[in-house]
Amino acid sequence: MNWTTVCELAAVPRDGAVAVLVDGAQVAVVRLADDSLFAISHRDPVSGANVMARGIVGSVTVDGVEVPTISSPMFKQVYDLRSGRCLTDRRAVLATWEVRLHGGDVQIGPALAVTVRAAPADDPIDAEVTT
Amino acid sequence: MMTQQHVVVAGAGMVAHRFVEALRSRDDAGRFRVTVIGDEPRPPYDRVALTTYFTGRDPEDLHLGGAGLWQDPQVTLRKGTAVTAIDRSGRRVRTDRGDDVGYDHLILATGSYAARPPVDGSDLRGCFVYRTIDDVADLRGYVETLRVGHDDRPLRGVVVGGGLLGLEAAGALQALGVESTVVEFAPRLMPLQVDDGGGAVLRRLIEQLGVTVRTATATAKVLGARRGRVDGMRFADGSSLPADVVVFATGVRPRDELARDAGLSIGERGGVVVDSSCLTDDPAISAVGEVACVDGRVWGLIAPGNAMAEVAVDRLLGGAATFPGADSSTKLKLLGVDVASFGDAFGATPGSLEVSFADAVAGVYKKLVLSDDARTLLGGILVGDASSYAALRPMVGQALGTDPSAWLVPATDGPPGGGELPDGATVCSCNNVTAGDIRDAVTAQGCCSVADVKSCTRAGTSCGSCVPLVKRLTDTALEEAGVAVGKGMCEHFELTRAELFNAVQVTGLRTFSEIIARHGRGRGCEICKPVIASVLASLGTGHILDDDRGTLQDTNDHMLANLQKDGTYSIVPRIPGGEVTPDGLIEIGRIAKEFDLYTKITGGQRIDMFGARVEQLPTIWRRLVEAGFECGHAYGKSLRTVKSCVGDSWCRYGVQDSVAMAIRLELRYRGLRAPHKLKLGVSGCARECAEARSKDAGVIATDKGWNLYVGGNGGFSPRHATLLAEDLDDEGLVRAIDRFFIYYIRTADRLQRTAAWLEELPGGIEHLRDVVLHDGLGVATDLDAAMEGHVASYRDEWSEVLHDPVKLARFTSFVNAADVPDPDLRYETERGQRRPVLTPRSSPPVRSSDTSPGPRFISGDRIEVRR
Repeated sequence: MNWTTVCELAAVPRDGAVAVLVDGAQVAVVRLADDSLFAISHRDPVSGANVMARGIVGSVTVDGVEVPTISSPMFKQVYDLRSGRCLTDRRAVLATWEVRLHGGDVQIGPALAVTVRAAPADDPIDAEVTT
Repeated sequence: MMTQQHVVVAGAGMVAHRFVEALRSRDDAGRFRVTVIGDEPRPPYDRVALTTYFTGRDPEDLHLGGAGLWQDPQVTLRKGTAVTAIDRSGRRVRTDRGDDVGYDHLILATGSYAARPPVDGSDLRGCFVYRTIDDVADLRGYVETLRVGHDDRPLRGVVVGGGLLGLEAAGALQALGVESTVVEFAPRLMPLQVDDGGGAVLRRLIEQLGVTVRTATATAKVLGARRGRVDGMRFADGSSLPADVVVFATGVRPRDELARDAGLSIGERGGVVVDSSCLTDDPAISAVGEVACVDGRVWGLIAPGNAMAEVAVDRLLGGAATFPGADSSTKLKLLGVDVASFGDAFGATPGSLEVSFADAVAGVYKKLVLSDDARTLLGGILVGDASSYAALRPMVGQALGTDPSAWLVPATDGPPGGGELPDGATVCSCNNVTAGDIRDAVTAQGCCSVADVKSCTRAGTSCGSCVPLVKRLTDTALEEAGVAVGKGMCEHFELTRAELFNAVQVTGLRTFSEIIARHGRGRGCEICKPVIASVLASLGTGHILDDDRGTLQDTNDHMLANLQKDGTYSIVPRIPGGEVTPDGLIEIGRIAKEFDLYTKITGGQRIDMFGARVEQLPTIWRRLVEAGFECGHAYGKSLRTVKSCVGDSWCRYGVQDSVAMAIRLELRYRGLRAPHKLKLGVSGCARECAEARSKDAGVIATDKGWNLYVGGNGGFSPRHATLLAEDLDDEGLVRAIDRFFIYYIRTADRLQRTAAWLEELPGGIEHLRDVVLHDGLGVATDLDAAMEGHVASYRDEWSEVLHDPVKLARFTSFVNAADVPDPDLRYETERGQRRPVLTPRSSPPVRSSDTSPGPRFISGDRIEVRR
């Protein structure tokens, strides 16, 4: 498995994000206050602009569970950092990558495939994340 | 198809307006067209607020109905035209313009005229009545002309009549700088509204304002001097008073001459006799408002007038509404003194009991009238503090439920026992809206805010005294419906922005983690984080990117620039007052050219440069700062610009130096963070070329100083700013804006602009005027200090970033490839400049027709999937 070192942990602000280039792909690395990391697409799927690392990191409670989120700075859709699923517009999805802390360095791994099960128009769409 | 019928309304006052408004909103089928004929040279206006003409309000602000109603093709308004006769058999009216107008149905809404008592000399020059805008304008004009010849002493005025209108008129004279004396025949002021106890407190309060009061005094004669001018008054007891101007406020009489001449029945004390459906003897003629006599009584108040208008409309449309009668409840602020009287205020009900409270020192008198078992509220009188009126008035006829004295002290907005108003209780008596109507607006009509409820039910849209109660009822109904869970901003904070501001100010907490730990829960989100960042910035706690604050900021504040659709930013240097030297322009041009930035002049009289990438921002700003520019805060919820016209230094019409004032204001308020953006405008004369009235604070020069308008905005729902103060000098203007801004910043909701804030502010513009000009809340020193603190601590945000390596490190495209620009940016050339090429905001990647089951991959430019 290929891991690419992109920066030191200290380069990513707590509850913030930075953009990195990995093999030509634009990835946003997100760090929470507890130092847990997420890697999502830097491209905002709704506007098509590469801006997601400039979104605000936060949380929202869904069914009693606190979900870590990032909001698009462009049109304010809110995404679940864990799955890349959009919580405010069920049709939008962010790609996600494996990410890890390796001796003080942030490393990006392989992309996680996103599958979307098409559903009748009126129903919410389920997105499943598999490695 | 039914043929359209023609309704003619004789009279164009407030009740005529209500009639037309109700007819047009209910007559969906377009069965009626309506012609309104009124002798005043203007559309219907708010006569109740007439005195605001003296506190500087534009007479046009009083107009009712807006342009929309009078431009309705089914509505014709004939201003400056009087109906002179009714031809009942021919069903037409004759006008003073000499033409005839046919009708299918005639509505008499001619109102009243102000009576002049049959006293010698009451027709001398300098004698006035107080009824129309023209009366008030004539009075003002006379006083202002007279003052020219009387620099040596103050002018003196006598108001005959110590009732509601008389005290209004005395207030008007005071506002004009005329020393006034109120003369009342009865032994107390406002004899129809208050009892002796209330009258005594009222008298003391009025006298403290410098108005002389003479009760139990009958007028014998108006004394005249040369050229037929008033110079004094003589009373029945032989005493006399010097006077330069006399205002008669001794009551009104129905204008029923048309009906008399047409042979309709007239009441014993005047007024056209109508039945409970507002019909006269002639089934084709109705009468509404002050000209109508129902059950032997004429109603001189707006609420019963509006109710009659609604009844008349309902009948025309085939309904069966009847006029239910009314009471003479009133709440007013006279010369700043609250007076309210409601229900059976004088305890006329047999066996009724009274509970009263009087504090002569504080100037408060309150009395409740209760049924003989002391349980049911029958009426009451409130003088000096009428804050409980809105809660008490709807309780008339209801059981109070608690010890009645709890209602008298201390003042309260709601029932002290936490009791709830029954559905049938009238909340807004001007528009006849009940507590049930308001609950229904929330539960059945989907209203989610006080503003929604006001526009849906019209509650609180006339005199506004019930707005606190409407708000309480709305909030309760929303909570019960589970529509809006609390007033909090988001799931992390149950506090409103104003509450949070207060909490942060008091606790002195300065980081987001401390604030959310103390006042909220969870980790925050894109709603609460920028609010806290803004609150901290408003409190003057250092740079917006200091400590953990960078990650709280919306991207515009985070990058100190404005995000554009392709992810690049635009840059706006400050150009105070829109004044820029040719050298400055050349520098901006040189920099824009060097970085190939698209340039455009903004609406705020400065220059916007587009297409700067994140990593270019510091380089561009270094050049701008070197050229003498500073941050323009176009990206912030903060002061944007102060737009100005060229003013009297060049303009041949200008009366003040609007550019100098605009620059002074812009330099004073630059960097000031607020719940939303703030814009100002300064015009050098009444031509208003700076469009200042569309700004949060608009300043318009007069030959004596500056008029200050507040709460305007352009944008999605444009609103003209409202006059706050007139003829301010430079220092007075700056102080007023200082206080207005800080008060707004401390109390507004998230993303609430000044227009919406002012709309929801309890007490509205009057309250704001009280706070800003008269320090009514005793917080002026605090507000002034807050603004001085802001001015003293201002630093250019961009210069600070350029000197701070930690902050500079944020401005990179990729942390692992700092020099590589976003490879996806594409541009094309249009009209000699570049513009982004971007895939348009497209529909989602799932086709709605695709319903085949089973997993499938999505690809395309919306979702990136790497193998």
